[in-house]
Amino acid sequence: MNVNMEKSAYENFKDISQDEHIAPGTALCSGCGGLLALRLALKVLGENVVIVNAAGCFTLLSVYPFNPFRSSWMYTAMACAPAGAQGIRDALDILIKKGKVKKEDDLKVVVLTGDGTANDIGLQATSAVLQRNLDFYYLCYDNEAYSNTGFQMSSATPFGSKTNTSVPGGVNPGGTAQKKKDLFEIWRAHKPPYMATIAPSHPVDLSNKFKKAAQFKGPKLFITFAPCPSGWSFDDSKSVEISKLAVQTGIWPLKEAICGELSHTVIPKFKPVETYLVAQERYDHLFHPVKQVDVIRVIKEDIDHYWQPYLGVEPLQDQS
Amino acid sequence: MVKEMLTGNFAAAWGARLSGVDYVPAFPITPQTEIIEVISKWVNSGVMDTKFTNMDSEHSMITAAGTAAATGARVFSATSSQGLLYGCEMLYAVAGWRVPFVLINVSRGLSAPITLEPDHNDVLSARDTGLIQLHVETCQEILDTILMAFRIAEDERVFLPVLINMDGFYLSFTREPVEIPGLDEVREFLPEYRPGHAFFLASKPMAQGVAVLGGSVYSYFRYQMHLASSNALRVHNEVAAEFKSIFGRAYSAVEPFKTEDAEYIILMTNSFTVKGKDAVNRFREKGIKVGLVRLRLVRPFPFQELREYLRGKKALAVIDQNISPGSGGILYNEVTSALYHEPNRPGAVLSFIGGLGGKDISLAEFSFILDEMQKSVETGIVPETQLLYTEQDMKNMNNFLNIAGKG
Ligand SMILES: Cc1ncc(C[n+]2csc(CCOP(=O)(O)OP(=O)(O)O)c2C)c(N)n1
Ligand code: SF4
Repeated sequence: MNVNMEKSAYENFKDISQDEHIAPGTALCSGCGGLLALRLALKVLGENVVIVNAAGCFTLLSVYPFNPFRSSWMYTAMACAPAGAQGIRDALDILIKKGKVKKEDDLKVVVLTGDGTANDIGLQATSAVLQRNLDFYYLCYDNEAYSNTGFQMSSATPFGSKTNTSVPGGVNPGGTAQKKKDLFEIWRAHKPPYMATIAPSHPVDLSNKFKKAAQFKGPKLFITFAPCPSGWSFDDSKSVEISKLAVQTGIWPLKEAICGELSHTVIPKFKPVETYLVAQERYDHLFHPVKQVDVIRVIKEDIDHYWQPYLGVEPLQDQS
Repeated sequence: MVKEMLTGNFAAAWGARLSGVDYVPAFPITPQTEIIEVISKWVNSGVMDTKFTNMDSEHSMITAAGTAAATGARVFSATSSQGLLYGCEMLYAVAGWRVPFVLINVSRGLSAPITLEPDHNDVLSARDTGLIQLHVETCQEILDTILMAFRIAEDERVFLPVLINMDGFYLSFTREPVEIPGLDEVREFLPEYRPGHAFFLASKPMAQGVAVLGGSVYSYFRYQMHLASSNALRVHNEVAAEFKSIFGRAYSAVEPFKTEDAEYIILMTNSFTVKGKDAVNRFREKGIKVGLVRLRLVRPFPFQELREYLRGKKALAVIDQNISPGSGGILYNEVTSALYHEPNRPGAVLSFIGGLGGKDISLAEFSFILDEMQKSVETGIVPETQLLYTEQDMKNMNNFLNIAGKG
């Protein structure tokens, strides 16, 4: 198992800047896990950024004539935020080269989209900018569904969960029958210089990853776990707790890949995955009125299958 | 000043080069490819100081064009047909962003059935996007119109992207003598772009393309686009006047050809107007007073100018190289609505569909159109939309079927 043991720039919570780059009081739900991750990310990225957004919940961050950012913002459309980033990066590069824009006016270009965009409609545009080695950041907040439209299934929706287009019923009591698409591996196949998964419950890990990414030119890609109180149905005070459970049960691995070389930054304790599932209503049907043992077993097996190659042994998860 | 034999595509590439564009995002489609190939060569050889990016689709290409323009770059791009439709979502978006850039459409009939040769359903599908639309007749006009288009797009009374249509094959691959103006003159006419309203700079944070809540705000911005587009008519005319004073060539929103004493008018757009003008000359030889009006500026629609040329005529025939199945010609509907409140409007306004997918419009067809106009004037009966199709066309069709053993 390759665990990253380098001395980190951020050692504990106190090392994280107290500066805020997003003003409070946006139109997003209270307890939005993705927003917390963005807030933390911007503390490292700083102010000289332009966020390029695709349709989703976060589009409502900037609603005319209000804008919570100190930095710049460009809303594009659902399928093409990476292409929008390409246009801005290309324009800044040529304008700086021609002396029409000062070097000090340069910006980090940051694509910000949900998982639906990243996994489905925007995948082509993303693959293209990765292949072109665009110098940019991508932050995908993975709330595991199309949330802004009312929580429908995306290809990042996990097996066995409930969305409004994969509702458990008599014919299909398990809810979502498909497995979650492995976006990390799809991205990794492009061998970008830096990519990582993050979670808002692990701000030190998150901050170190953004810090580390900064040294690379080219695509720097992040998928953040994004607990969604509205869609997953849990109390909005519990987002960080749920995020922590996802990491601790091994269902959300924290990892990074440098030029495709993979390593995990946190080795979980493999708490029983039920502790994570029972905390959210989107998994209620797995426990009531009867426990769907087969579905839960598949979820566990998938966690085991994921970790086994890295740990060399089966994780110690409770299989009861 | 030199005149060279250039294809329309090559002339378009020259237009981009002389405009000193900063950025060209590209995606290939026949018959546009020569434009981006030539520009790519010029960029790689160093004669153009431009960033050229091979994109992954027209949707991405139009997005990148728009965001680069929103960053303050002068941007040029080109597409055609399926590509324009593939990027349609973003055509509306970039117009709404109010960013200036120039996009060429090398027109080509739309699938299905899939084909390569031109008609105007592709470009007219962008009719309501908010992009300014100019349709050109010759290779010289394509080059000249690109220079003018940047002036129009970048004018603060407009701030909208401009879409220029040129016909595939008839212009894209046809060589004509084209005067390539000198760079000094071009710079006098079209100075370097200094963005005053849209840019992304660390020192001046800006939010662009943002969401709105509610109809009051949405309507406000949509109405602004309409008013800006309407302004483009005046701006076009000013720019054209300045262009004429520097380069000597005159362009207008609506081009009249032998209309002054004409009793019958044929209205057309794009390269097929050359055929129309030839027909007009032949009718004139026989002493029949026929003229032609070429619609060059399609958006904004030049209502007033059209009325000027059509007032008091006996009859008008609109030839649409497009078809709105179940309705007829797209431009026919626009032209008739422009004339409705004109008390002295032509006695009969006829609708013809022709030249779809590059089909020729022969002299025989123009004669038929003239006959129909005269008949309508005599009888007072105006026929419904007529679909031009000759015996030769039917023969061509049957010939294919016979060869395939299905005749
Ligand atoms: C082309 C297109 N199709 C559909 C939509 C409708 N739409 C808006 S937001 C959204 C959901 C986006 O989901 P995701 O990317 O996961 O972000 P989230 O809503 O979860 O923040 C959809 C489907 C759209 N705006 N554009
Ligand atoms: S629906 Fe979910 S992802 Fe969207 S703003 Fe609310 S909490 Fe965040």
